[in-house]
Formats: sequence, structure tokens, C-alpha cells
Amino acid sequence: MPGYSNRELIIATIADLLDGIRHVAVGASSPMPAAGAMLLRARNEIAKRERVRISILGSEEHNFFTNGGVELFDCTAQGRVDAFFLGGGQIDGEANINLVGTGDYPQTEVRWPGCFGSAFMYYLVPRVILFREEHSPRVFVPKVDYISAPGVSDGIVRPGGPHALLTGMALFDFDKQKKRFSLRSVHHGYTAADVRAATGFDYDAPENVPETKAPSAENLAILRGRVTEELSESYPAFAEMLRGERKEAA
Amino acid sequence: MGEIVSLEELAAEVQPGCKLAVPADYCGVAMSATAAIIANRPKNLHVVCVPVTGMQGDMLIGEGLVGTLETSAVTLGEAGGAPRFQDAVRKGSFKLMDATCPAVHSGLIAGQKGVPFLPIRGIIGSDLLKTRTDWKTIQNPFSDEEDPIIVVPAIQPDVSIFHAPEADRFGNVRIGRRRELLTMAQASKATIVTVERISEESLLKTEDSAAGVLPALYVTKIAVAPRGAWPLPLWGEYGVDTAEVARYAAMARTPEGFAAYMDGFARRLREAA
Repeated sequence: MPGYSNRELIIATIADLLDGIRHVAVGASSPMPAAGAMLLRARNEIAKRERVRISILGSEEHNFFTNGGVELFDCTAQGRVDAFFLGGGQIDGEANINLVGTGDYPQTEVRWPGCFGSAFMYYLVPRVILFREEHSPRVFVPKVDYISAPGVSDGIVRPGGPHALLTGMALFDFDKQKKRFSLRSVHHGYTAADVRAATGFDYDAPENVPETKAPSAENLAILRGRVTEELSESYPAFAEMLRGERKEAA
Repeated sequence: MGEIVSLEELAAEVQPGCKLAVPADYCGVAMSATAAIIANRPKNLHVVCVPVTGMQGDMLIGEGLVGTLETSAVTLGEAGGAPRFQDAVRKGSFKLMDATCPAVHSGLIAGQKGVPFLPIRGIIGSDLLKTRTDWKTIQNPFSDEEDPIIVVPAIQPDVSIFHAPEADRFGNVRIGRRRELLTMAQASKATIVTVERISEESLLKTEDSAAGVLPALYVTKIAVAPRGAWPLPLWGEYGVDTAEVARYAAMARTPEGFAAYMDGFARRLREAA
């Protein structure tokens, strides 16, 4: 046993990926990104580093917007949102994301909710973290069936885009010039071969792929204490699950 | 202006073929009024979701009342995908105008300002443009460099409808910081609102109370509907009835189950109030 759960590892990795930002927006149904952001906020506070603002969309408490739903997008276009998370039913090797469905549009066989704000946020938020816990060939496909938002663009104003791809198995970097992912690390319990087998698109990888950096004892303590408390306000079910996993591991 | 009427009279504003704007779940969805609208069976509605919808849109689709759906997403949130929407998409039962949230806001803001279009960043390279041929790419007229940018046309709904905590007897409606409701109403030809209660005192009486108010000028009709957003939440008043939304999600998986759910929906709304 490594002394931490896969979820705790992902949350700590998210905090590292966010390091240096001042304002991050997270979706109302995204407890893991919110947990990572809260971990960063807590440890920056302890280290007396820059203050981190977290906007939880749709939350009445953790949301300082006063101009309605449009304010997130205005705020983003003004360059005031440093990081955001996007997922997708499908993500391909060029970081194109599909939030619409599989098969021929519009009469898609499987229909997901829709693009939401992705066709805007992906272009304008400097540090977009692609996050999808399920790591399988049905998610990570050679080519998405529908491009909700493209990974890269040429010839347009686009200050934002993909910064990293984090899954339940691994962490990838994205090279905008090469339009390719490269495997940075695999999580404890998985091998580089596992990741290759579960990924439907091609990507670069070093000869020896390191293990994803384990959360420090200090980070784990903050996560298990203060962050779990904070999470239970907006994501009570998720906070309970984290507590349950910990008891099981103990 | 801001006339206080019965729920039935309010619902009659939604005529067949009209362009109907509805808000997202976090803004106050007029569910009681939706049941009253469904009872009138206005067909071929063009529903504009500001910028997404959930149970309300799924119900209107399941009832076969939607001719065009303009939305950035349809979801029941934690209860999962919207089953009648998914089924209707597979069957091609209505015209689908997929969008992205800020483009819907921009279209309404153009409508609010009375200008024909508004420019918006992003979108270029998205497959949305393949079917949203009403969105155009233009050169930024103020740049000497090549700078393509999307323009979206103004959205002018015939009717917008939402649920709010409170109106006063003069027809002013408290919308708090849900400012998209103001944009929706100002862009629309008519706005109908259900409220939890009517206050005797004018909401415009003090600077504090007037700050988050949609003035009666933009409000066509108001009806009282206690717990009128149930089972969806109403900001500052009550939360979502998770069990009820889950029950809907499970039953609406089949047309028969959906029909059975809808059969008792109006009665259950009255009981919930």
C-alpha cells in the first residue's frame, strides 16, 4: 500500500498542475478539480504565497459573481480566469474534445448533454486541464466523432488551450506545436504498458516512464483535514466517500 | 404591465410556434407554469435555453411540443442524462440548434441592445459551425491584421418565462444577482413570471431593494405559484428535490414511464405547494 488512494493522488496532482494561478473556475459537479483547487489554496495560505480564488459555478456560497451566468465568460474573456477544467465523452490525440455524442450528428446514437461553454473556455483560459477519470479506448479515441472544441487553432486569437491531460491512470503533457500528447507519468499501481493499452490515440513517451509524484505527508494531512471539511459544504457525498476510502485503507 | 393573473391565464401566453426562452435550473425554472403550458398543448415551440435546460426542456420534448431546440446542453444534473431529449435526438424528432453558453448570452444581449449581432471569441474550428450556419465569421473591422471573429445574431424570444421568489403588487420582480433574467426579459417581446409571493410594498422603494429587480416595464404577466420551481431549486428559498428528479430520470427512460410520470405531475405539484 502506498499510503494514499488513487483519488488522493489525483487531487494532489491537480493542485500541482494549478500551482501559480490566482483564479480557477470549477463546475458544480466537479468535486475532484474543486478538491485540487482547495488543496492549492490551503497550502499557499500556509506557505504565505499568492492567494487563490476558487469560483464554484452554480454554488450560492462559493461564487462571487453578481452579473449572472454570463459573468464567468466575460471574466474569462478579460483574462481574469487562469485555469479551468474540461472533460469529454471522447478526447483524441490532438486534444479535440467531444461533449456532444457518438455517431453521425445530429442523430447521434449516444447523445451527451452538449458543448456547454467549452467552445469558448477552451480557447481563452490559459491553463485548461483536461480531466477524465475513466481511462479507456472508448474515451481516448484516435479521432473524436464531433469537435465541440479543437485542441489547437491556427490564425485566430487564442490565448488559451490544453495544458495537461489527467486521468485515473496517468498524467500527460500537451505540445501545441506538435499537436501531440506525451506521457509524463503513470499513477501508482499502473504501468506504461497499461496506459498504452487503454489509450486509443498515439502519443510520445520517454523510455522510462516515472511514477506520478506521490502526495507529501503534509499535503495528505491538509487534504484529509481542512480540504475534506471545505468539500463537505459543496460536495457532501464526495467528502463522505473520501472519508470512507480512508477508513477502508486504514 | 406586470398584471397579476391566474396560472392558467399566464400559461395561455405561450402560443403554438412561439419562441420561448427558459432559464437554467440555478436561475428559477417555472415548473408549475410548465405543467399549465403542457395542459394547453402548444405545438412546435422553439425553445431557447438560457443557456442550458434540464427537466423542463425534457418534459416539453417528451410531450412532443418542441419543434426547435436551441441549447448549449440538456442534463438532469446528478440524476444523469435527459432521457426524452436523448431519445428525440436519436429519432430526429425536432430541429436541433446546438450552441455554446456564451453564444446564447451574446445573442440575447444583442436582442437586449436592439442591435443585429454581437461578436464573440472562440468557436472557430468547432463543429458547431457546421450546423450553426446562422453564426458567421467576419474580419475584425478594427484590426489591420487578419483577425477572424464569430458574430452571432440577436435572439428575440416571443415569450420568456421564469420563477422568482417575489414580485410586488406593482409588477416589479426580484431577480437578485440572476442578471441573465433581466437580459432575457429585455430581449423578449413578452415576459411571464411565476412567484412564491406578492409583496404589498414596492421593491423599488429603497436603493438596496431596487438593485436586484426586473422592473414591471418588462413584465407582461405574473402568477403566484408557491413552490413553483419544484422539484427544481429556487435560489435563496429551497433546494432541489433530488429524489423526485431521480424518480423522473428513471421513469422517463421509456415513453410509457414518462407518460405515467406526467399523468400525476400536475397533482403532485399542487401537493408539493
